[in-house]
Amino acid sequence: MRRALRNPRIVIGTLFLFSLCVLAIFAEQIAPFSPVKIYPADSLQPPSAKHLFGTDTMGRDVLSRIIHGARYSLLLGLAAVAISSVLGTTLGLLSGYFGGKVDTLIMRVMDIGLAFPSVLLALLIIAVLGAGLTSVTIAIGVSATPPFARLIRGSVLAIKETPFIESARAIGAGRFRVVFRHILPEVFAPAITMATLRLAGAIFSASSLSFLGFGAQPPTPEWGAIVSAARHQLRGAWWISTFAGLAIMSTVLAINVLGDGLRDVLDPKLRGKI
Amino acid sequence: MLTYLIRRTLQMLVTLLVASMVVYGAMQLVPGDPVMAMFFPNVPSPERLESIREELGLNDPFYIRYFQWLAGALRGDLGESYKQYRPVSDILAQTIPGTIELGIAGIVVSLLIGIPVGVLAGITENKWVDNTVMVIALIGVSAPSFWLGLLLMLVFSLYLGWFPSFGVGGFAKLVLPALTLGLYGGGYLARFARSSVLEIKYQDYVTTARAKGISEWRVTVQHVLRNALIPVITMSGMLAGYMMGGAVIVETVFGRSGVGSMLVRSISDKDYPLVQALLFFAVGVFILMNLVVDLSYAYIDPRIRYD
Repeated sequence: MRRALRNPRIVIGTLFLFSLCVLAIFAEQIAPFSPVKIYPADSLQPPSAKHLFGTDTMGRDVLSRIIHGARYSLLLGLAAVAISSVLGTTLGLLSGYFGGKVDTLIMRVMDIGLAFPSVLLALLIIAVLGAGLTSVTIAIGVSATPPFARLIRGSVLAIKETPFIESARAIGAGRFRVVFRHILPEVFAPAITMATLRLAGAIFSASSLSFLGFGAQPPTPEWGAIVSAARHQLRGAWWISTFAGLAIMSTVLAINVLGDGLRDVLDPKLRGKI
Repeated sequence: MLTYLIRRTLQMLVTLLVASMVVYGAMQLVPGDPVMAMFFPNVPSPERLESIREELGLNDPFYIRYFQWLAGALRGDLGESYKQYRPVSDILAQTIPGTIELGIAGIVVSLLIGIPVGVLAGITENKWVDNTVMVIALIGVSAPSFWLGLLLMLVFSLYLGWFPSFGVGGFAKLVLPALTLGLYGGGYLARFARSSVLEIKYQDYVTTARAKGISEWRVTVQHVLRNALIPVITMSGMLAGYMMGGAVIVETVFGRSGVGSMLVRSISDKDYPLVQALLFFAVGVFILMNLVVDLSYAYIDPRIRYD
């Protein structure tokens, strides 16, 4: 813990994410205007003291929309990462611990997933499920599962042969006890690092899919959707897509920085692997 | 090497086959009736519906339809687009060249940016240069490409008027899209090249070379870079896979017609014969590039062949 506090990347990343969470939770109180209410008279105002980030075609305050948008990005990202961490950790544990046919079966399925670039796998899933926030979350979560399962499997294989697992088995601990009480805590470090770095990727992909029109639909103030809606007014109103994109970039950057920091502190061996 | 080449090629063919099954199978899971979708918003009479279903072979079991599709695909017949009323293969023939052009340009830009930047950060002992370069590379990989593309368009096309902002054809129209793809790829390569240089830099044989009295410049170029850049060059093969995914976004932003933008349109249109062909093409390129990467690794590093 003390080592974590001395790592500037972890401190900066955590502070940024914490402020973002505060913004997302108290968006109603913090945002100066409503994110969806239309004020035709204020249409396309450039940034000013009243509207720090300007307004969009419908006179909505861009800053307020971005503040509310934090909710969508964070929730989407967290939900997608939850799907891939739970699926990936479970599959990786089963595959690594039991080996043999279970391992072959799980890993072959994961290999199929890895044969697809993740954007394309996500698009395939969206083609099946249809557009919408739920399908985007599932698509991103599922498409990020294979690398996760692979990493966990690798860690399990290394831990499985250590003396303390052997001793646990020797004193008669059952398979599931060994897996969940002894191995699971040991794969926690790579799992949490991977999950953090994946969160950045998930937010990135979610905004891209919304930009393409498959995720959040108007008037939802999701960041990717805000950029998408404003892209045809680039010349007249540069501020809308610029600030919304800046929000995505700084969030992804902060999480990447945090993830790099966590990797260095929790498990330096992973450097270069994820 | 030959056995390795044959083994990996066969593995790749199996992967391609499985990928085609996944893509084809997924399209069958889509709820709703494709024939009804073709007529939307009109509703065909039950007899008409049945005759079209029969004609399109939609009443056959899944595996028969899959093999028919595959047999057709091998002959270059990928079926008919539901929404554009022309053969899918025609649409592919029209969209593939633009995407390949974009992909190659994107890789070239990635290499031009990534390698010098990464090498500079790796060889210089100056903390400031290293840190600045790496922060910029990190920003490069964190900026969503649709936004980066719009910013480039805003500055270089709308304000400065240097390049056109939309369409395909000609070098000028390729610059901004290629730059958008290349900035991400470049950031990624730079990070990779830097760690590769750092790994080689302190190897014993580099110290030996220096001890022999070879000039610092020659040590860097001949001993460090030559070895450090092997994985980097191979890594750029992996970038080709990213380019296929990135093309989806970049082509949409810049209104280029290509595999990526057509894929987005076909998914919105629920035009499944087109979706599966485009997806399969993109995944196929990725799988093929992976094979090229593996083979070139094996060529460079003989240990891999005896795996």
